[in-house]
Amino acid sequence: MEILSNLALGFSVALNPFTLFLAVVGCFMGTIIGALPGLGPSNGVAILIPLAFTMGLDATSALVLLTSVYYGAMYGGRISSILLNIPGDEPALMTTLDGYPMARQGRAGDALVISGVASFVGAMLATVGLVILAPMLARVAYLFGPAEYFALYLLAFTTLGGVGSKNQAKAVIAACIGLGIAMIGLDNTTGMPRFTGGNLHMMDGVDFLVAIVGLFAITEVFFFIETHGKGSAIGVKLEKVTVPIKDLIAASGSMLRGSGIGFVAGILPGAGASLGSFLAYMAEKSIAGPKGRFGQGDPRGVAAPEAGNNAAAGGALIPMLTLGVPGSGTTAVLLALLMTLNITPGPTLFADRPEVVWGLIASLLIANVVLLIMNIPMVKIFVKVLMVPAWVLLPGVTMISFVGIYSLTGSYFDLVMMVGFGVMGYFLRKLDIPTVPVILGILLGNQMEDNLRRAMVIANGDWTYLFNSGIATGLWVAAIAGFIAPIFLRRFLKRPPQPVDAEAD
Amino acid sequence: MASDRIFGLVVLGVALAYIASALQIQPSFLSDPVGPKVFPLVIGAVAALAALVVLIKPDESPEWPHGATWLHLGIALAVLVGYAYALKPLGFLLPTAVAASVVSYQISPRLQTAALTGIGLSIGLFAIFKYALGLGLIALPRAMMG
Repeated sequence: MEILSNLALGFSVALNPFTLFLAVVGCFMGTIIGALPGLGPSNGVAILIPLAFTMGLDATSALVLLTSVYYGAMYGGRISSILLNIPGDEPALMTTLDGYPMARQGRAGDALVISGVASFVGAMLATVGLVILAPMLARVAYLFGPAEYFALYLLAFTTLGGVGSKNQAKAVIAACIGLGIAMIGLDNTTGMPRFTGGNLHMMDGVDFLVAIVGLFAITEVFFFIETHGKGSAIGVKLEKVTVPIKDLIAASGSMLRGSGIGFVAGILPGAGASLGSFLAYMAEKSIAGPKGRFGQGDPRGVAAPEAGNNAAAGGALIPMLTLGVPGSGTTAVLLALLMTLNITPGPTLFADRPEVVWGLIASLLIANVVLLIMNIPMVKIFVKVLMVPAWVLLPGVTMISFVGIYSLTGSYFDLVMMVGFGVMGYFLRKLDIPTVPVILGILLGNQMEDNLRRAMVIANGDWTYLFNSGIATGLWVAAIAGFIAPIFLRRFLKRPPQPVDAEAD
Repeated sequence: MASDRIFGLVVLGVALAYIASALQIQPSFLSDPVGPKVFPLVIGAVAALAALVVLIKPDESPEWPHGATWLHLGIALAVLVGYAYALKPLGFLLPTAVAASVVSYQISPRLQTAALTGIGLSIGLFAIFKYALGLGLIALPRAMMG
């Protein structure tokens, strides 16, 4: 019953014309961002944060707008996967495997409808799961003291490094880069300047939005220059879109299983949507056995990964909201948004700002319905948008990034720093070093250190205090296991195959 | 191989410099058992260790761009840095048109389309930011606004 009254509170916040308008705008922009190759949920949301902030939106409105963009981008990613064999974002990679063959058989419309419905099922179930699980986890989180939080942050980094990357050492370096950057500026506890080089601009530290927009958006521009914008859509055709009821019924089991797998993958720190869609696809493939036509345009091969990645997107919100520890790149960006709005996620958020949490959840439910309506009858509009050539899109993205950061901080120094982060992101990605731990390090570095120091103040400098409680010890064990286990499991868990070039035939 | 070795050396160097710099942090009269030095020192040490691992076990080198592409990337970088400095004194429209054109030209080298893209983006984005989103942008150089 408590859940229902909370939801009623949420809908009373979300159901006003302005918020609904923001949800619709967010869904629309999100779908476009997701569909365009090269722009995914994380860079899309990153570019829009400064704009949402300078527009003076209040906390709930800004959250509604950007989570709509987030969910929208998860829906949109499938469009270019199916039509072009280019994943619009990383989690949509698995959708290319059966989506593109379906499109080649002239069933592009069917594939889009099936994947749209699967996205809806996945996202809806995950949001329901969020409603049930998040308050429970928030209650557990009350038991967390500084020692437990320190171990939790460590867990986020190690699992991200262990599961999310191919080379642990490189993931560790990435996390250290982020943590090291977070240390720049005045020390929170003593107020002494650290690593500023005497430069006044550095006293406030590095604004994480500058780093995020640089690493995600500006880096993408450099990559497009390197590839000369190959992979833009030219001459995509889509015939009449009908609803393939028979296929939908046949794929309903895949959608439900995919949603469950994706949801669990989303909750785990570091795993996120890409792993969710990968596991969902693999599970369906083995359930279907040799009878399935997976890889040759099986509708279930479109339904499972789409349900999986959208469910993971919802699941990933749970650790972010209840513990303040994001499980993926995009939730890290959403955490940055919350911090910019002066909202501290964690168990107290549920008690102190219920209107924010439940307004957000209600708007997720609304966004899902809006997205279903947008993505099935109106899918043709988005297919048109796919034709925006890279030489218009990327300069546009650059300019929006500049204006966003400039209007937020008003400093040319931050703009130069953003470009610097863009260059760094280019080299990191070239060398196969994950950028998400860098972001996470910049976001969480100061809190990680503060919690360590607070724990030591409580324990009077006794280091064993860090392992003092059952929860803390459990988190340490999980952190170490999450880092080491993938070394041995890697042989069994192969990375998803890269998409084959469209010209392969 | 070579790329990762260079990267490992760079990280190692930076990590050592970071540790050296952390040792210089001034202690404060407000003190806690950990102090402002320990956490940065741990970060530096862990980074240095990971750099050693990369040095010992490097991955395959990625495919680096060739000469002309480096030039394109360099031009784009120079323009973006210049744009950052120009945005305040020269207003929004002119620097944006120039920077967007150059970036567009680096992606697809057609002079006319790139120039039109730049001008179109500059005017279009200005209209959206200024009138739809209400951001306080300045259109032209202060001197020309009187």
